[in-house]
Amino acid sequence: MSTLSKWGRPELYTSYRQDMALLNTRSKVLGTIAVLVVAALMPMLVSDNLLIILGSGLVLAIGAIGLNLVTGYAGQVSLGHAFFVGIGAYAAAVLSGDPDGRYLGFGVDFMPLWLLGAGLIAALAGALVAPLATRLRGLYLAVVTLGLVFIGQYFFFEWNEMSGGPQVGREAAKPELFGIQFTVDNGFKGGWTEEQKLYWLFLGVLVVAAVLARNIARSRIGRAFSAIRDRDVAAGVMGVNLTRYKIVAFTISSFYAGICGALMFSASGHFTPESFSLLMSVQFIAIVLIGGVATISGTIMGAMLIALLPRVASELPAFVPFLSSSASEHPNIFEFEQIMYGVLIVAFLLFEPRGLFGIWHRVRTYWKSFPFSY
Amino acid sequence: MTQFLGALAGGLGIGSIYALLALGFVIIYKSMGVISFAQPSFLLAGTVLVTYLSPEIGFVPAVVVGAIAIAAVALVVERIAIRPMVGKAVFVIAIITIGIDIIVRIVSGMFVGSDQRTVGDPWGLDAWEVGGVYIEHRDLAAFAVTTVLVLALFAFFRWTPIGLAMRASALDQEAAMAQGVSVGTVFAVSWGLAGALATVAGVFAAAGRTVDQNHWHIALLALPVIILGGLDSLGGAVLGGLIIGVTQQIVTSYHRDWFPGLDTNIGSITPYLVMLIVLLVRPYGLFGTREVERV
Repeated sequence: MSTLSKWGRPELYTSYRQDMALLNTRSKVLGTIAVLVVAALMPMLVSDNLLIILGSGLVLAIGAIGLNLVTGYAGQVSLGHAFFVGIGAYAAAVLSGDPDGRYLGFGVDFMPLWLLGAGLIAALAGALVAPLATRLRGLYLAVVTLGLVFIGQYFFFEWNEMSGGPQVGREAAKPELFGIQFTVDNGFKGGWTEEQKLYWLFLGVLVVAAVLARNIARSRIGRAFSAIRDRDVAAGVMGVNLTRYKIVAFTISSFYAGICGALMFSASGHFTPESFSLLMSVQFIAIVLIGGVATISGTIMGAMLIALLPRVASELPAFVPFLSSSASEHPNIFEFEQIMYGVLIVAFLLFEPRGLFGIWHRVRTYWKSFPFSY
Repeated sequence: MTQFLGALAGGLGIGSIYALLALGFVIIYKSMGVISFAQPSFLLAGTVLVTYLSPEIGFVPAVVVGAIAIAAVALVVERIAIRPMVGKAVFVIAIITIGIDIIVRIVSGMFVGSDQRTVGDPWGLDAWEVGGVYIEHRDLAAFAVTTVLVLALFAFFRWTPIGLAMRASALDQEAAMAQGVSVGTVFAVSWGLAGALATVAGVFAAAGRTVDQNHWHIALLALPVIILGGLDSLGGAVLGGLIIGVTQQIVTSYHRDWFPGLDTNIGSITPYLVMLIVLLVRPYGLFGTREVERV
């Protein structure tokens, strides 16, 4: 019976567990495997300078998944994501930093330790902010989290021993695991280049993070989040502990932000406190909206799109004559890139509120029901 | 004491600027229930426009023309990007205003250029000295103009038909529509007013200094003001603006005595800190309406 329902009629579900499974259709299984294989082979196929962009997209996706959990699933609008990303970046840099170096450092070389440490410290910060956030709703919350970005940036600027100070910055955490140094280029010796190794590292972390997030979303916690988002009073009446689940949402989201921050600067090896500005928060909001609210796969697509945006912008002057690639002339590609955030946010909200995932969903439905259009 | 009074005078000046900005936020919030994050961009656009107009037609006409022009821009933006979203979730509209903010801000930032731009105000850094306390002309001017504008606005809401329509639709949109109020006009007027107010505030914030691309930051400092005053209270916006302005200026002035360990002046984030403290005690601000949930 079970074999029949599984292979004979793939979409016949005989239990709730089957319906809620991570990969509940055969095409999803095959599709996921195909995407994973292509993603894993990507470093052999594309050049290193494109790979570094894709890698940064993977890291952005980790942070954006975190924001999607709190904003998309639980419906709590947070403009303060950059603050938690910053805490993660500094926590990782401080934990792994050289104890005898110029800046604060504890010399923890083992990567899983500082990576998890960064996530946990950011999660702690999230848990500390959450009780304040749970008292507020909707736009009050958005403004308070926006204030958080500015307060956080002040302290990043101010705490020189940790951050190196404004415009100076400090070295980022260097990923190193079981003797593999991810930031050392071995390309000339016939080994893997820095970009290839970092890409695989980021891909590995993202896959773990994404599967974890999907599991959170389809479990009791995720259902509680959606209930709070859709109608918090109704959720409370049904027995969802609002305060507790809002705190949980913020904590998990900050954990993801911390992991993202810890990895965000390993390619460049250096970062300044200016990075964690409101623009970064808006970037994450844009990823979530463009990718698709309350979808994990959409978030990854959105992150890739946003990561590729600077590259697209830098290619444009060849096609659009009035666009300049020099920052001193106007209009230039940097302005274009930022405007595109705005345009993409407005355009997606107006015309495709479900984001890239919505587009994919329409395409999929069209071919699924082909040749019938309904 | 002179230091305190000097800070108080400066605080009332900057507080007036916050009050004007906060009024813009509150007017939009009352009409459509949304915080418009596009206000910073209108502030920048208005200020930059005034820097171009002022050498041509003089300061006061430039401010008037600039305010009207930005009001028109705000009307267009509202019609194109906001009106189609009416009825959607509040947070979606708020995010759209963030998108608009980026676009308008970057476009107007392009016109700042690399040369120094000023709004051509007549006050500069001149000051009167009253018993050892320096009172800057620009603070006095900001305070006076804000007083006039606030009185005019309250009169507008109190005695004009469109003001009445705005109050009615703020109270209950559907009931107002049933009485024949055009809610679309109310939205448009509120965005226009907010754009004009942002321009005036931006000009006063730029008095006595040069305009750069980061001029819009001051508009974000008005967000704590509306949270402090309560999102839907016009009087709260004015009072909150003055409270935040004075607190910020006093902290800025006494920073060296109070926080000797901190290099950067903590005055720059004081509004946000005050906001956090107030919200811990009163989640709907000082004068905001508490949301009543009926199940």
